[in-house]
Amino acid sequence: MTTLDRKLLRDFRRLWAQAIAIALVLACGVAILLTTFGTFVSLEETRSAYYERNRFADVFADAKRAPLWVMQEIRKIPGVRAADARISQFAVLDVPGQEETVTARILSLPQTGVPHLNLPVLQVGRLPSPDVAHEVAVNAPFAKANDLQPGDTFRANLNGHRRELLITGTFLSPEFIYTIGPGALMPDNETFGVLWMPEIAVEAAFDMDGAFNSLAVKLNRGMSSDDVIDRLDNLLEPYGGVGAYDRELQISNSFIESELAQLKTSALILPPIFYAISAFLVSMVISRIVALERSEIGLLKAIGYSDGEICLHYLMLAVLIAVAGILLGWGAGTWLARALARLYAQFFDFPYLIYNLGYGAYALSGLLAVVSAALGAARSALRAARLPPAVAMAPPAPPRFKRTLIDRAMAGLHLSQGVVMIMRSLLRWPMRTALTSLGMALAVGVLVATSFFPAALDLLVSTTFDRSNRQDAMLLFDPDIPESVLSDVMRLPGVIRAEGQQFEPAVLRHGHREKRVEIEARRPGSDLTRIIASDGRSVDPPATGVMLSQRLADQLRVSPGDIVSVEFLGRINETHAVPVAGIVTQYIGLGAYMDIDALSRLLRQAPRISVANLQVDAQHLPDLHDVLKSTPELTGLIEMNKMRRSFEETVQKNIDIMTTIYLTVAVLITIGVAYNGARIQLSERARELASLRILGFSRGEVSFILVGETMALALLAQPLGWLLGAAIAQALATGSTSDLYEIPLVLKPAGFAQASLVVLCAALVSALVVRRRLDRLDLVQVMKTRE
Amino acid sequence: MDTIFVTEKLTKIYDSGELQVRALDGVNLTLNAGELVVLLGPSGSGKSTLLNILGGLDHASSGKVWFRNLELSALNDRGLTRYRRDHVGFVFQFYNLVASLTARENVQLVTDVSPDPMPADEALAQVGLEHRLDHFPAEMSGGEQQRVAIARAIAKRPEVLLCDEPTGALDSKTGVQVLEVLQDVNDRLGTSTVVITHNAAIRRMAHRVVYFLDGRIDHVEENAMRLAPSEISW
Repeated sequence: MTTLDRKLLRDFRRLWAQAIAIALVLACGVAILLTTFGTFVSLEETRSAYYERNRFADVFADAKRAPLWVMQEIRKIPGVRAADARISQFAVLDVPGQEETVTARILSLPQTGVPHLNLPVLQVGRLPSPDVAHEVAVNAPFAKANDLQPGDTFRANLNGHRRELLITGTFLSPEFIYTIGPGALMPDNETFGVLWMPEIAVEAAFDMDGAFNSLAVKLNRGMSSDDVIDRLDNLLEPYGGVGAYDRELQISNSFIESELAQLKTSALILPPIFYAISAFLVSMVISRIVALERSEIGLLKAIGYSDGEICLHYLMLAVLIAVAGILLGWGAGTWLARALARLYAQFFDFPYLIYNLGYGAYALSGLLAVVSAALGAARSALRAARLPPAVAMAPPAPPRFKRTLIDRAMAGLHLSQGVVMIMRSLLRWPMRTALTSLGMALAVGVLVATSFFPAALDLLVSTTFDRSNRQDAMLLFDPDIPESVLSDVMRLPGVIRAEGQQFEPAVLRHGHREKRVEIEARRPGSDLTRIIASDGRSVDPPATGVMLSQRLADQLRVSPGDIVSVEFLGRINETHAVPVAGIVTQYIGLGAYMDIDALSRLLRQAPRISVANLQVDAQHLPDLHDVLKSTPELTGLIEMNKMRRSFEETVQKNIDIMTTIYLTVAVLITIGVAYNGARIQLSERARELASLRILGFSRGEVSFILVGETMALALLAQPLGWLLGAAIAQALATGSTSDLYEIPLVLKPAGFAQASLVVLCAALVSALVVRRRLDRLDLVQVMKTRE
Repeated sequence: MDTIFVTEKLTKIYDSGELQVRALDGVNLTLNAGELVVLLGPSGSGKSTLLNILGGLDHASSGKVWFRNLELSALNDRGLTRYRRDHVGFVFQFYNLVASLTARENVQLVTDVSPDPMPADEALAQVGLEHRLDHFPAEMSGGEQQRVAIARAIAKRPEVLLCDEPTGALDSKTGVQVLEVLQDVNDRLGTSTVVITHNAAIRRMAHRVVYFLDGRIDHVEENAMRLAPSEISW
């Protein structure tokens, strides 16, 4: 180790408090980048490996009942590599020990026993024998949630026939990484499962002999899905095809896709903030050190050290700080990524975990930290290198203060000398003033942005559950049933009120834009589910036309009065021109709403419903479940109160984690900025402040100058911080919004106030810590030191 | 006798925009190898500027300067760094020790980059500090710190030793000790030594004294009878 290296290490040790304050900020950036980018990469790799190995289909299509010979035509479509015909049905189960009504999606297994596409992965047991009708395989999370093992039996209501089924094994499938029941907002493995049954059993139970209603297609590599989808739609239209769609719209995949998008947004928005603040802090500290070591730099040059060696010396100091930050960040990031992986494990079912962060994520986060620290130090290091030795040996010229308009104004205001000193210092180094304030403003911004999430989700939950969907339970019917059945529903035990709702799959087109949605139709005055306009009033769809959610209208580029073309799926030649009657704000899903009579008129049929919304007397809930378990037409039941609770719990947990992380992060930023700022100010002002003490100023008066400047900068940071916070929140909201849901931008005064309070307190504490050094100042020694 | 430095019409003008200062105004000077020369003159007379240019710390505005056959005035920054690294030892008024390094490490700072250095311990022994090797500057007296600075300067076995007010920050007794070390180095190692001072008493230990006034050489004196530093006081 050279002597210069030894100086480097000692300087680093002397600066430890400031170095740690910076390293912690940098560590935030490293940790967040490592977690988000690393998890993004590993989640994407895990998913694509899983899809590849288990031949996850590229295109899916559903129909009412298509004859099997159509498959020959489908396999002939150019670009189609393989196609699996299946029967997919919903059934209500009666699982031992489970009081609630359980819904399952049944998928047929081919005669060969194993499907070509969407290959299930065996967890325990075996697949059912192709010729044994009462054997089923279940998805592993469902088995686990209901404590079911191979060899266990349960009852199922298959199209009105109650059957006893034997579990042969548990499986995972690339089709059900995220398993969510129809109509549900959250996965609930207790009450929704996937069953794989031999084809013969499903054909017999659902009267689908020689037919299929679900299709999975694998394309040749590099083949675009658009043409294939068009051809499939043409082939399936006569058989009630409801439109083929590619993987992007497949439910499980689209949830993972949306999670990936969120990770990407976080990776792109947050870490740069921390890296930039660290670079600024490094630049502030190194610039001060270069100023302090001016004569040492001159000496090093005098004894023959080259410009490059001196430049490198100061860059290395920055790199050492970065290394401390990287190590802290890697530690925290690894821990955070594990926590995130555990959270994902609750929602995503992969057969294997590749949640190990790749070397790439470590390398990238570390490299960026080194680069940002080095960039921060570059200006000062270059200045040190360029300092002519003869100049370096001479003491620096005192900073030049000039009388400005502001000084005249201050003179007019008769401010105390302390205030004047603070003001002059702020104005003398406007860049530093601006950047220090900006640093603290970012801390405020991060907090404002965090406060937005709870408020946004609060609004989302209250609008969705308390104002829009107020039903206690939803009964799902697939296929749909005549509206008149509602009177039977009213007679079910505990039902106080029942309202019908129809969901009709359709493609909405406007110009060249199109969107596949479910048009939701209901009676005017429905009370259990309501459409809430942006002014908070509940509105009904008008007697003609369709009402669209804001996001859907934006995607189609339509406004009220425009005409959209509506192609109802699963029907032949049912394309209608429908006027856009209004636009409403909706946070979940891409809503399109019609009056049920208007819809029925368009389709020339008596009103039908696919959902019955219920208000239920909670006391009779068990009786209701009992009856429903043997109701043949029922596809499923959703208990809204339970869903609401589980949604709120999940959301609250996520918010708690996020708030803790961001609060820590904001406090670290503030400490990093305020502590370093005050330390540097103390170092620059030590002589001045000591002189004031010698002249008879009290400790309090002298402290006022030091603490006052930090607090002035912190105050200056507030308005900018609020603006930045609103911008970060906007970016996060936009980045998190997908077709599945929208995070509304809700900014409340309390959020701004809390953010400011936290940052001002952290700044004050940092300044007070530095102030303690002022008390220890050796007046005589300071006056002797040559600056 | 070998010449070590030759300057020819050496001029240095400091230009700060509004104000032009002629720090050196056409100085012609020859310094001999092994000589101990004292440059004497009031503040602002140009002696420090000359020392800086001789030491390769600064460029002249015009005129030429040679170190043996090497024309310093023709070198760029890289060449001057090389020259300083290989040939020159500096001693400064305020010692300019690195506060975070011990006495030995301050000397090693030089020995790390010199082509043919003496061991740091030996250099410190030469200035009588063999017992203070691991002390930090803050733990030493001013005289000791200046001796560390001299040890640092001689550790590279320089051909010239340039000293800018080496006793300027020291009391008379400590100052004399430092001068003794300088003279000892000059006598024993034959290192050409240039000492700047405005303390006239020191002139009597030199082989030659160059008097500066307003950026020019006023006159040069040769000492027929040199005094030992111990015979000097102020």
